[in-house]
Amino acid sequence: MVKGRQGERIRLYVRGTVLGYKRSKSNQYPNTSLIQIEGVNTKEEVAWYAGKRLAYIYKAKVKTNGSHYRCIWGKVSRPHGNSGVVRAKFTSNLPPKSMGARVRVFIYPSNI
Amino acid sequence: MAAKARNPRKTRNPDLVRGVGKFSRSKMYHKRGLWAIKAKNGGVFPCHDPKPAAETAPEKPPKFYPADDVKKPLVNKRKPKPTKLRASITPGTVLIILAGRFKGKRVVFLKQLPSGLLLVTGPFKINGVPLRRVNQSYVIGTSTKVDISGVNVEKFDDKYFAREVEKKKKKGEGEFFEAEKEEKSVLPQGRKDEQKSVDASLIKSIEVVPDLKTYLAARFSLKAGMKPHELVF
Repeated sequence: MVKGRQGERIRLYVRGTVLGYKRSKSNQYPNTSLIQIEGVNTKEEVAWYAGKRLAYIYKAKVKTNGSHYRCIWGKVSRPHGNSGVVRAKFTSNLPPKSMGARVRVFIYPSNI
Repeated sequence: MAAKARNPRKTRNPDLVRGVGKFSRSKMYHKRGLWAIKAKNGGVFPCHDPKPAAETAPEKPPKFYPADDVKKPLVNKRKPKPTKLRASITPGTVLIILAGRFKGKRVVFLKQLPSGLLLVTGPFKINGVPLRRVNQSYVIGTSTKVDISGVNVEKFDDKYFAREVEKKKKKGEGEFFEAEKEEKSVLPQGRKDEQKSVDASLIKSIEVVPDLKTYLAARFSLKAGMKPHELVF
């Protein structure tokens, strides 16, 4: 995004990591990804994040819509386990190279 | 029609069980005294004379009958209400905008418009946010309140913010290749004046509170170690 000012860095998202796909021992289900949100460690804390939007941002060689950056949007759907990991569904499944990569967890749609 | 506004009358027919009254139809007829009213009126229940029917043009038989009967859809009289405002958002609350051009800006809430969107202003002099509409889901309501009594926001509604319809110019193909009409739509002076008038009393009530002006001018950002689910706004 081209902006006039130098860009005060405002972070209005929480950092998250893609852990992989929802899976059992030998089968994985790529339509749901597992996300680890920074600072969230119990499934009670995850309740605040339910429904919040997620974005996986990646770079590509070709410019689309005037930018080298592309994005896959998604939502936090439910907790996964007891320790703060979260299940998320994206508009299209995350690519395998996203495993271990950064995901932005936005604070909207907000309910505060 | 004068008897319309009567206090809701308690029924003379108590319920034994829901849906079952104590008295039968004939008993109720007697209890309501319809027999006495009829007797006073010569054996017929009194009624207004029917109004003379308005003159309608004689109906012609239709020229066309469709082959199959077509079902008419049911009539829908639903009127959508504006979205329910969260309890934390009251006129004068400072809101944090979470997305869009003004993300992170702290802004004063004025009122909810009939479409459900929130009318909000910077004030413009303080943080560059003009009178703007914002969706409730993209906003955090803080506990900071500003005194908004001096501001008159009656005249603003959704039509004020509607996009201007461009007049269609059917001039022919030559025009397409010329430079498109200058897209720089200049903000009409009227809008700037309205902004100033709304902000004037707001800024006065903001300057009374220590540090509130710098607070509104600063933007919100998450820093290292901040967990939104534990923050109290």
